[in-house]
Amino acid sequence: MQEATAKPADAGGADHGGRVNTVAALRDTGITVLLAFGLFLPLIGFKTETNIRNELILTTRWALLFSIVAVIGGFRLLYSFVLHPWLERRRLRPMAATVPAWRSFAGRWFVPFAIGFVICYPAIVIGTAGWGGALKWVDNFGIQILIYVMLGWGLNIVVGLAGLLDLGYVAFYAVGAYAYGLLASNFGFSFWILLPLAGVMSAFWGILLGFPVLRLRSDYLALVTLAFGEIIRIILINFVDLTNGYAGISGIPRPSFFGIPFSADDDGFAAVFGLEFSPVYRTIFLYYLILGLAFLTAFVTVRLRRLPVGRAWEALREDEIACRSLGINTTNTKLTAFSIGAMFAGFAGSFFAARQGFISPESFTFLESATILSIVVLGGMGSQIGIAIAAIVMIGGTEIMRELNFLKQIFGDSFDPTQYRMLLFGFAMVVIMIFRPRGLVSTRTPSVFLRERKVIASDLVGQGHG
Amino acid sequence: MEEFAQQIINGITLGSIYGLIAIGYTMVFGIIGMVNFAHGDVFMVSAFVALIAFLILTSWLGVSSIAVALVIVLAVAMLFTSLANWIIERIAYRPLRGSFRLAPLISAIGMSIFLSNFVQVSQGPRNKAIPPMVQGEFVLWTDHGYAVTLSFKQLIIWGVTAVLLACFWYLVARTRLGRAQRACEQDQKMAALVGVNVNQTISITFVIAAALASVAGTMYLMNYGVVSFSDGFIPGVKAFTAAVLGGVGSLPGAVIGGLLIGLIETMWSAYFSIDYKDVAAFSVLAITLIFLPQGLFGRPEVEKV
Repeated sequence: MQEATAKPADAGGADHGGRVNTVAALRDTGITVLLAFGLFLPLIGFKTETNIRNELILTTRWALLFSIVAVIGGFRLLYSFVLHPWLERRRLRPMAATVPAWRSFAGRWFVPFAIGFVICYPAIVIGTAGWGGALKWVDNFGIQILIYVMLGWGLNIVVGLAGLLDLGYVAFYAVGAYAYGLLASNFGFSFWILLPLAGVMSAFWGILLGFPVLRLRSDYLALVTLAFGEIIRIILINFVDLTNGYAGISGIPRPSFFGIPFSADDDGFAAVFGLEFSPVYRTIFLYYLILGLAFLTAFVTVRLRRLPVGRAWEALREDEIACRSLGINTTNTKLTAFSIGAMFAGFAGSFFAARQGFISPESFTFLESATILSIVVLGGMGSQIGIAIAAIVMIGGTEIMRELNFLKQIFGDSFDPTQYRMLLFGFAMVVIMIFRPRGLVSTRTPSVFLRERKVIASDLVGQGHG
Repeated sequence: MEEFAQQIINGITLGSIYGLIAIGYTMVFGIIGMVNFAHGDVFMVSAFVALIAFLILTSWLGVSSIAVALVIVLAVAMLFTSLANWIIERIAYRPLRGSFRLAPLISAIGMSIFLSNFVQVSQGPRNKAIPPMVQGEFVLWTDHGYAVTLSFKQLIIWGVTAVLLACFWYLVARTRLGRAQRACEQDQKMAALVGVNVNQTISITFVIAAALASVAGTMYLMNYGVVSFSDGFIPGVKAFTAAVLGGVGSLPGAVIGGLLIGLIETMWSAYFSIDYKDVAAFSVLAITLIFLPQGLFGRPEVEKV
């Protein structure tokens, strides 16, 4: 709720010339401080704690309450006297007619550079952090972010291309993970057999769950998919005979390097290639595996957009009624979008199970669905680069909170930055939506064009009806 | 038979709470066409405010009369939760009005994550349990050793819900504010042209929604005596289900939908499977939306080209 200061509804304090009206600015600051005080009084001013006799008692935190209110008041003053006049002056300045040279250069070389960077990433990390430190950076940042990039690109097919709002996407991720976990630990099938199988199963579930909801639109569709996602999770929790309930499935076999396991044995990866054993090899292998899967998702999406089915998805997003009157079978179009999106979630799910070696229903909560959908929307629906950037910002941002131990020196030892991760995540979602409602990347590249390929503003792309 | 009667009493109690939250969903959806995802968390925040107010009254100020304490707790919870929801609307939803369709939804999901984590960080992740506020019960009748009881707290929940719904109905149906609110629901531009302050009306809608949610939050705390930061999501979805079942936009529908969901859930838990009790509400949500999208009392949506 701190954004009380960041975004005042009526920009008092400065008129359009950028001059500051001191009285109005001070008045607004006073109101903001009062509101912030009222807002934070119950939950920051008082803290409920359990004492030794297991009773709830109250303690007060006046110092914290007043410092938070003071910080908010300070921000409001800063906004009124510095930021707002500056924004007003910038708004009045005439817009440059041509794109600056560095921007078109950056726009042109960004994608090849980014691809080169992610391919070299493990080598860069090992070079800078050494073999010991590299594990964390490749695993927590590289693999974790790439899983979300892949999920975002998979959901992009459903939400960004076909315009169908899906809040239960994590269900298909769970189907893929459990398909791999159960089949690998019970029957000992290899990862490379189960990867496509998990995709097929998830796609099947996509059709199964997609079929009843075809008639629904927008928010209603979102809520039914949310309901399906939750039902699947509750079944995973309670169907103990199959899924082992809350305890989850552990000891899931890890993928091998084309038959060579990553173990310290004589026939392990390190021994076969004459290297010293290190757990980093497996992590690097998993990194390239998920990188390959993510590239596969992106490549398939790009190719599908040029096929009739991809064109039909985007047409459906722009205008469903026009689609129907032109003879496009909307049922099949929606179902293919659902099932192909679900298939990629299934791939990602089986990779997730193989990487963790352990899965439980806890990993497939609604929060995951919300995270994936927010990555798609925050990045800019339909823009694959945007989705990748959003995944890096949101997932990398929350992961980096784990590394900010120097904050303990400022706020004292009891301060734990990790517990603020999701708080800031939610806050960032609100802020990005307010300032960039169409996502971080504000341009789209249509797959159909007259004469020359052009970049268009994201406002011109339809929002979808489903 | 006796068990069945008891389940009906329990179901109506639970349903009253759902109904109160559902009104918030239905009003906000009616006026700005947005599923206010954070509403369940607003409900949870109100339960925490009520908890803190209750502790201040009983352990610091030594208020011994439960009736007085309850009235003050209710008033405090309504005041602070309304303020919070007013600010939330102002910050997170108003700048996005008329913007891209998904933006308010994502903003509301972000707000929901923010609120639950804010409470987790500021109040700690553990369940907060208080001693029972209200004890005692009426025994309605006894048969074959099974007593059908109506506890005082259930009676309070019924009474408070009924009284507040009556006030609320009067507000929407008979006052100038309610008329403005209904006008904005039908056509914001026309309402603005005839002099209704649309922004203010929408703000007041959020305030009313939060006030009713905080009544539900206080009743929830009184009924169960325990609240945690994650208690917003499931009741929120169930209340939304109630709003959909009753017909989104219809106020009596929200209340009746709430009662139905409460009854379905208690019956399902009693006679079918308590493990799968949340599946009941989610299935009702899916089935209603698929087969009866306009709900029991809603207007069918007309598809326009």
